[in-house]
Amino acid sequence: MDTLPLYVRDNSESGLLTLFRQQEAAKRFGVTIADVEEVALVRGILPARYQRNRRTISVADQLALFRSHVAIVGCGGLGGYIIEELARLGVGKLTVIDPDSFEEHNLNRQILSTVANIGVPKVLVAAERIRSINPAVQVTTHESRLSGDNGAFLLNKCSVVVDALDSIPGRRTLAQVCIEEGVPLVHGSIAGWYGYVTTRLPSAGTFQGMFNGAVSSKGVEQEYGNPSFTPALVASLQAAEVCKLLLGKGRPLIGRSLMIDLLDMEIQELAIQE
Amino acid sequence: MTVTVKLFASFRTDRFDIKIDNYPDDTTVGDIVNSLGIPLKEVGIMMLNRRHTRVDQLLKDGDIIALFPLLGGG
Repeated sequence: MDTLPLYVRDNSESGLLTLFRQQEAAKRFGVTIADVEEVALVRGILPARYQRNRRTISVADQLALFRSHVAIVGCGGLGGYIIEELARLGVGKLTVIDPDSFEEHNLNRQILSTVANIGVPKVLVAAERIRSINPAVQVTTHESRLSGDNGAFLLNKCSVVVDALDSIPGRRTLAQVCIEEGVPLVHGSIAGWYGYVTTRLPSAGTFQGMFNGAVSSKGVEQEYGNPSFTPALVASLQAAEVCKLLLGKGRPLIGRSLMIDLLDMEIQELAIQE
Repeated sequence: MTVTVKLFASFRTDRFDIKIDNYPDDTTVGDIVNSLGIPLKEVGIMMLNRRHTRVDQLLKDGDIIALFPLLGGG
């Protein structure tokens, strides 16, 4: 009998299943690319797109990533790169949240912004980008601002949340929702040549130590703006943190934060207390 | 009393990275921030001897404070 598992087994070579075969299988059996990906991974067969991850991410790890759900809150400077990296990594479900549309002043740094999509909602561009990179990833879009009222609904029981917001009150709200939902939060923030990255487990507080109870809604980015390279770097550190949390590997930035200074090329590690 | 002040990121611009200076006995962390012309609302992390501290914390001889700006961009 011709079944999807047999097709996947018979059409893989050296433990790899090509994208072409993955697409063929989806068509033949009337299923999604994601369905084929799961059938392959469960049987220890790696979709060929991930072959260069092999020494870093095993087939079992890839299955764990495929079965994970990450919410990215903010699809701007940080969010764009995080979405790009998590889609390429093969995180199976991504929820992207942002109320805004692209504007001209995003073009200096936001990887998802192009001349052609000025005026287009950021979440729609994000979803299109994810599908074009990795059709095995299921995307949910929310063109809205996360609040205490809608937070639990928007995050929808994801495994990890990424803070890629651009305001202090928004970050505080998100941290509070993550505590209530019991989900880890990977925080990143930037201004000019500088950035912070840290990871908060739900048992920790809401960034009081980091923001000193600040009354400002914005930081020094108001004065310094954000160039192209700072979000790319901080977002990559956040994506690495997400990967580690999902796989239970390495030593995430729990109880400590990194402060990155690209002008003096220094990285400080700070102990975090609530 | 002698206090070591370490500045990070944008706070270094037109100031210094590290400076050891003499201050009156009743100086607080906030007094030093003010004396450097740094608006308090721009301060993100304030550390005293590698632990988080507050604006009204009184300093003692030999203390080391570190000031990091508030970064909120994304």
